[in-house]
This record gives sequence, C-alpha cells and structure tokens, in this order.
Amino acid sequence: MASQTILEVENLRVDIPVAAGMLHPVRGIGFSVSRGETLCIVGESGCGKSLTSLAVMGLLPKTARRTADRMDFLGRDIRDFREREMARLRGGSMSMIFQEPMTSLNPSYTIGNQLAEVYLRHVEQNRAAARDRAVFLLEKVGISSAASRLGQYPQQLSGGQRQRVMIAMALMCGPELIIADEPTTALDVTIQAQILRLLAELQREFRMGMILITHDLGIVARVADKVQVMYAGKTVEEGPCETVFDAPMHPYTQGLLRCIPIPGRTRRGERLGSVPGIVPNLVGDLAGCMFRNRCDHAGDACAGMPDEPTRMGDGHAYTCLRTPEEVLGERQAAEAP
Amino acid sequence: MPAYTLKRTFVAFLILIVVSGLTFSLSHLSADPALTIGGEQASEEDIQAIRKLYGFDRPIHVQYLDWLGRALSGDFGESYHYKQRVFDMVSERIGRTMLLGTLAILFALAVSIPLGTLAAMRPNSIVDRIALFIAVLGQALPTFWFALMMIIVFGVWWRWLPISGHTQWANYVMPTIALGYYATPALMRLTRAGMIEVLGSDYIRTARAKGLSPASVLFKHALRNAIIPVVALAAVWFGFMLGGSIVIETIFNLKGIGWLSYDALLRSDLPVVQAIVLVFASFYVVLTLLADLLNAYLDPRISVR
Repeated sequence: MASQTILEVENLRVDIPVAAGMLHPVRGIGFSVSRGETLCIVGESGCGKSLTSLAVMGLLPKTARRTADRMDFLGRDIRDFREREMARLRGGSMSMIFQEPMTSLNPSYTIGNQLAEVYLRHVEQNRAAARDRAVFLLEKVGISSAASRLGQYPQQLSGGQRQRVMIAMALMCGPELIIADEPTTALDVTIQAQILRLLAELQREFRMGMILITHDLGIVARVADKVQVMYAGKTVEEGPCETVFDAPMHPYTQGLLRCIPIPGRTRRGERLGSVPGIVPNLVGDLAGCMFRNRCDHAGDACAGMPDEPTRMGDGHAYTCLRTPEEVLGERQAAEAP
Repeated sequence: MPAYTLKRTFVAFLILIVVSGLTFSLSHLSADPALTIGGEQASEEDIQAIRKLYGFDRPIHVQYLDWLGRALSGDFGESYHYKQRVFDMVSERIGRTMLLGTLAILFALAVSIPLGTLAAMRPNSIVDRIALFIAVLGQALPTFWFALMMIIVFGVWWRWLPISGHTQWANYVMPTIALGYYATPALMRLTRAGMIEVLGSDYIRTARAKGLSPASVLFKHALRNAIIPVVALAAVWFGFMLGGSIVIETIFNLKGIGWLSYDALLRSDLPVVQAIVLVFASFYVVLTLLADLLNAYLDPRISVR
C-alpha cells in the first residue's frame, strides 16, 4: 500500500499581536498526513494544538499571522490561497470536527438543512442527492431513524447525537482530510469511546487522512498511527505511535505517559504521576527549551538549546539535550529489579 | 404552537380588559363629562339634567360595564363635541396612523439592520464610529425639534416636500423619517450587539469550516439568530410609533388618531379618548403577541420542546 501524502506542513508559525507584545502560540510545527493515516497531536491546554489545526483550515482569528515554509494540501501549495480558494477546500476536501457539539450547530436550522447546505455548496445543486447523502451518513454515524431526524433541530438531540451529526456533516463531501479537534472532550465518558471508535472506523472505511487533536493519551494509544507531542507551540517528540509509547525520549512525553495507566505496564497500587507546573507565557522573544522550568533533568545548557531534533530512525525524533544513550541507560537502570 | 398561541391570546385579552377599566375610571375621575357637554353657560339644573340623561349619576362600575358591553359590540358612543359616532371618527383616521407607523418602523429597520450589521462586521472601525454617531444623534435629538428642522429645511427653504396634510404620498415622507429615526438607535445598537455575539459563536465557526460563502455565513447563519431580539424590540417600538405619533401627527397636521387623541384630550371628549386609548392598547398587545409568535417562528427553541 503506497502511502500518498495528503497534507505536508513545515515550520508552521502563528503569531498574534496582543497588548503585551507578540504572542507566539505556534512556533515552527511540521507534520505530514497520508491517506488512511491518523496523526495525533497531543499536548496540554494552551500548547497551540487547536491553533495549528485552525491554521491549516485557514480559520485563524483575523489578527493572527500565519507563516510556513511549506503547506501542501493534495500537492497544492495553500500558503497563499485567498479566502475564496480556502473556502472551496473547507468542508469539501478538508473538513473539521470541533470540540463543542452543543454549540457548534446553528440552533435556527434543522439538521437536514445544515447537512445539505455543505453538499449543495461543494458537490452539486441537487437537493434530492444532498438529502440522500445526509440520510446515508446519519445512518453511518449511528443515528437511528435517520430520515425523520432531518427535520429536527439541534436542541432536540443529545450531545453525543450532535457530535455524530457534526461527523456526518464533515463527511458530506467525501473529504480527503478530516481534522478532529478534541472531538470527545465535551462528551460523557461512555459516549467518548463510541464516538472515537466511530471516527476510527469511518476513517479506515473512507481511507481519509485524519488529524486528531487531543490531550488524552488514552485516545492516542487506541487510534493513532503517528504521534506528535506539542509543548509551548513546538514539537517536542514525534514518531510512530508504538515507538513513542514504548520508548518516550522527551521528559515531557515521559511525564505525560506516567499520568495514564497503561495495561500491562502500570503495576497495581502504583501511583500515577503528574507533570508539575504550568505552561509558560509565550509572549515576546523565546529561546531555549520551554519545558526547562518543569523538567527534572534541566541544566544551564537548556536555556540556550538549539531547535534541532535528535533523530532515532523510524521517524522517531525528539528535541532535548539528553542523548539517546543517557535516556535509554536510565530506563534500563529503572526497570532492573 | 397552537396551544402557545391560544394561551398568549387569552392573556392579551385580559390585558385589554384591565386597560379599558383603568382608562375609564381615570378619565371619569379627571373630568366631569356633564360639564363638558353642557358648556360654560349651562345652569346647575341643565348639568343635573345632562347627568340624568347620559346616566352619569349611576355608580362608575355600572357605567363602565354599560360602556364595555356596548364597546364589545362595536358601539363606542358619540363624541360629546363633534356629536359624531366615535367608531366612525376613529375608523376614518386610523388608516393614516397605521400607515405612518408602519412606514416609520420599516424606515427604522431599513436603516438600523444594515448599519448595525456593518458596524458589527468591523467593530471600532470608521463605519462603526459613523453608525454610533448616527445612533447617538438620533437618541439625543427630541422628535419635535428634528421634525421642525426638517420642515424648515425641506419644506420651507428648499420646498421639496409638503409640510402638512395627509392626502398624498409626499405628505408622509417627513413624518416617517422624523418618527422612524427615533427608533433607529435602539434597533441599530441591538443589531450590532447581537451580530457581534453571534459572529463569535461556535456555529459561525462551523459555517466557515464548511466553506460556505461569506454571504451565506453572514445572512443565513448569523443574521437570522442576531435578529431575534431585534424583532421583539421592533414590535414594541412599532407600538411606540403608533402611540407616539401624537406629536408628529400634530406637527405635520396629519389627521390620524394621534392627532384626534390630542384634540379630544383638549376638549375632554371622553368617549373619543377612551376609544383611542383602547385602540393604542390593542396595538401594543397585538404587536407584542405577534412579536412573540414571530420569535417562536424564527427561533425554534421557543416553541419546540
């Protein structure tokens, strides 16, 4: 199965002028997504992961400035696309699912209307076809008696159902790329698993590229092919999902992984960890490793640390001064009885 | 929806009964109709005879019920001064007031919704400042002064428009602007505030993420939601336009029921006053009812459970 790259981004930066100076929420992120592949972008609140997805969609706030060395979508450079050209892509070949299903649907229009309009906009002016597609997808996302739901308003549905509708809406035009920004955060835990499984199934069935943005490593472990860990607007570690979970190299990734129980590794009665401290302020000129004030291994050198990642092969890379030998040696020492 | 309509209609009817009762008792307390009818030269015996003839010697609640009974069958009595049937006097003039009020509120909406939307699209821009300036001006200028200025400029200096009467369309231009401008600031500010809030909402982000055209995002998804409170306010203002046309109708000598109520009040012509107050009250009640129903139609959250 030859992997075909859908989206390729290099050195993406987002700068937002604020009263105190220039805010740098995204500081040089790069990633790529291929057909049928799921990339998980992980990080805590405020690390720039949502802005990264909005930057790709061209939905940044008006005041924000976006720059990138490369931003190719389906082989086309979309960096200088005008709003009109981006609008043609959005909802058509790239679509997005948001975090808040309760407020993401327009309360004044029926589900059917809101599903159909995206089809009418991007595919063809055929109301019957749009309706059929809507019914097909509503059934696909697990909404019962789909045809009769078309006339209902969002407020007649539960949160989980609304998120299913949002997923159906994102799929209306058969997108190549789907970006899901914390799609399960606002839902009940029981519903979370269902929605996640649904997304993963649909992604496989339609062979879409998917970017799943989350702070929940449990989700990552279940669905991701590739993982990208973000901290303070930068990638601190990236690589294939299994590799990163088995051998996390960056102290932040290690800290995150200590926070969740992992079947077969976490011992009964063992205390789960936490990463102390808060994310740094990203206003003004920033240099060195931004994680150094929360890091157990930080030294003076970290303040002037270069951005170059250490590459491990297999696409696994991390940005830290600690050498692979250091990290691996320490791990072996810890695991020895 | 039908149950909702029925409930609201019943409440509206109750309000009208209460209003008519209050008007009746207040106006009979403030003026003695027998004196009005008798005129200045009437002797004490004449006054007594008039009281007896018209039934003013009966207890007030009996008089009220008598009046209410007739009013419900469409008989509002006879004007003390003009000796004409009140029903005819009002129905002859009500069309002019309705026309003026309708034109005024349409003018206000036609100005305030586009202006408020423009202002909301670029808050604090030059467009927003200009809109704010227009709004503040409209709120600060007294209607009668604005009307008189228009008369001086457009009627007297430039002679573009007639300054009084009600026979041709041109007669309505200045009264419409004078009356409508008064409602513009409130409606515009509400449109602006509503649009700013809605444009920042999640479902507008969704609409943009769907790649919809800017026009569709703005008009289909944003304006429909932003306009819901504006509709309710416009209905209330329409009531003001109809009732508040007393000043404008008097200034422009546009003989609608606003003008008539002014005239009747000066002459203590109580049957006319009562009928007009009831008409104005019905306007308010019916408009508020319509606004609620229109809101329920525009915003499915109200009637749908």
